[in-house]
Amino acid sequence: MKNKAKLLTYPYIVWMGLFIILPVLLVFLYSITFNEINNIKTISFTINNYKMFFTPVYIQVTLRSIYLAALSTIICLALGYPIAMIIANSKMTSKSILLLLFILPMWMNMLLRTYAWMTILGNNGLINTLLANLGLPTLNLLYNNGAVILGMVYNFIPFMVLPIYTTLSKMDNSLIEVSEDLGANKVQTFIKVIFPLSLPGVISGIIMVFMPAVSSFVIPKLLGGGKDALIGTLIEKLFSLGDWNFGSAVSIVMMFIILLSMAVMNRFDVDKEGGAGLW
Amino acid sequence: MKKKIIELKNITKNFNDETVLDNINLYVNENEFVTLLGPSGCGKTTTLRIIGGFETPTEGNLFFDGKIINDIPPYKRQINTVFQKYALFPHLNVFENIAFGLKIKKLKKSEITYKVNKILKLVGLENFCNRDINSLSGGQQQRIAIARALVNEPKVLLLDEPLGALDLKLRKEMQIELKNMQKRIGITFVYVTHDQEEALTMSDTVAILNEGVIQQIGTPVDIYNEPKNAFVANFIGESNIIDGIMLDDYKVMFCNKVFTCVDKGFSKDENIDVVIRPEDLVITDENKGLLKGVIKSVIFKGVHYEMLVNAEDFEFMVHSTLKFPLGSNVGLTLTPEDIHIMKKSNN
Repeated sequence: MKNKAKLLTYPYIVWMGLFIILPVLLVFLYSITFNEINNIKTISFTINNYKMFFTPVYIQVTLRSIYLAALSTIICLALGYPIAMIIANSKMTSKSILLLLFILPMWMNMLLRTYAWMTILGNNGLINTLLANLGLPTLNLLYNNGAVILGMVYNFIPFMVLPIYTTLSKMDNSLIEVSEDLGANKVQTFIKVIFPLSLPGVISGIIMVFMPAVSSFVIPKLLGGGKDALIGTLIEKLFSLGDWNFGSAVSIVMMFIILLSMAVMNRFDVDKEGGAGLW
Repeated sequence: MKKKIIELKNITKNFNDETVLDNINLYVNENEFVTLLGPSGCGKTTTLRIIGGFETPTEGNLFFDGKIINDIPPYKRQINTVFQKYALFPHLNVFENIAFGLKIKKLKKSEITYKVNKILKLVGLENFCNRDINSLSGGQQQRIAIARALVNEPKVLLLDEPLGALDLKLRKEMQIELKNMQKRIGITFVYVTHDQEEALTMSDTVAILNEGVIQQIGTPVDIYNEPKNAFVANFIGESNIIDGIMLDDYKVMFCNKVFTCVDKGFSKDENIDVVIRPEDLVITDENKGLLKGVIKSVIFKGVHYEMLVNAEDFEFMVHSTLKFPLGSNVGLTLTPEDIHIMKKSNN
């Protein structure tokens, strides 16, 4: 019986080896070599790719990416928590409609949604046309950090709302009643009971927003105009220019940034219920 | 003169057109142990939740110390509740759970520590301060939940089936312990249970509910000996309930026989319920009994045997320490005091 169950895992192990572990190893190999690695005889190792990354230009790119992703995550949390609370506290019938409204945009292609923002924010876009018609000065809304953050918040907020909503709706209502019974008003109950108990959801929300936000390249490219490079756009550019070795080094560094941030979040997630528990 | 601390006047509660409580009138005296007893879905928990402030009555008024408190939120009431499933905060340890209410009241740290330690001693869990809630057994969690409510020194403590999840032996221990605790600290307990034995053991007063209506309020002894209707008789202990006709004062007919009884004041030939406790029936020789029957089943119950005796097309349940062989012909006797006559309930 035990052996049979073990047999069933083999296809998955092969799959993981072939499509997850091998590619990561290849990326790592690229990051520590010169040029092509097609010919094993001519392969030669170097740490120059990493050395190059740790120069002010690229450090700045990394910090900018982390800053924008962190800001987007904070905004997602600030907006998403109340939304999750409203959905969790609404009646059964309106609950499913509200949830659907939130998930519905996710069924649409992300590229399409981002293009839509371009037509809204652009110089001849919806908002500026409206302002011009009203005789007001037009604004530079597109191709700046604000537009990038807006795009990230818009695209990633469902990933913040859903895990928080799940922990809130799973919460035992009698705990809230006990808190009120013991003399805590609504605000005190929120601070002392509801929020601490929803932390696992908050943490997995943060991870699920921060991860794609720090590595995103479509949104900064379209809404940021690619003026200020971010890690995601940098990797994309390096690979399209053919510098696979440096591109791979940047990718490995980003992997470590994400790994590190998950490890940090993991320390807060006492119950190991959030997505950080995966690690 | 005892002081009424809580009074429910004509309380009615509807949930979506469904009446859960129908015109409840009940008062609780200071330092009294009152139990709301009834089968599940009878409205006893709803009554408790109205007193606690978690539900508002659809009609009627709730008085606390003579003042109407219908719309006072729970956190402003001098009432604390022990919830059915303990509802301990999983993110806090034992000390923090108990200190929760005191911290809200912004008491001094030293005072909080003193009070928490004192209450932990009362519930017999000293040295448990830093324990994780999940590392406690059911009985210990129960004590912590009680301690967390009691530490706030409420005027009234509400308990919603607090012993329901414990095993029989622990439950019996906790019953006695709770009762002692209530006597010692002298606060009012309103207790909800569906366990009739628990209600009889612990309470000063028992209120029996069924389908949102109070059936009877009285001391455990009164309720056991003088049940007001067939429902109460059946719910409190086991009973034989037989259709009968009141022929005259002190004269009742059931099972095609006329018996002398101690009840009067019914109209002539009124249809009534006759209630006979299984322990009041005595099995005798076939020819000596008032009724003749056959033993249909014998079950050993520990202290006594529970036997079903078929007599005149009615199956009487009889409790006796003596065992009679299955299928034997026997007689049944009873004294007039053992025949309880009840008015037919309206439904």
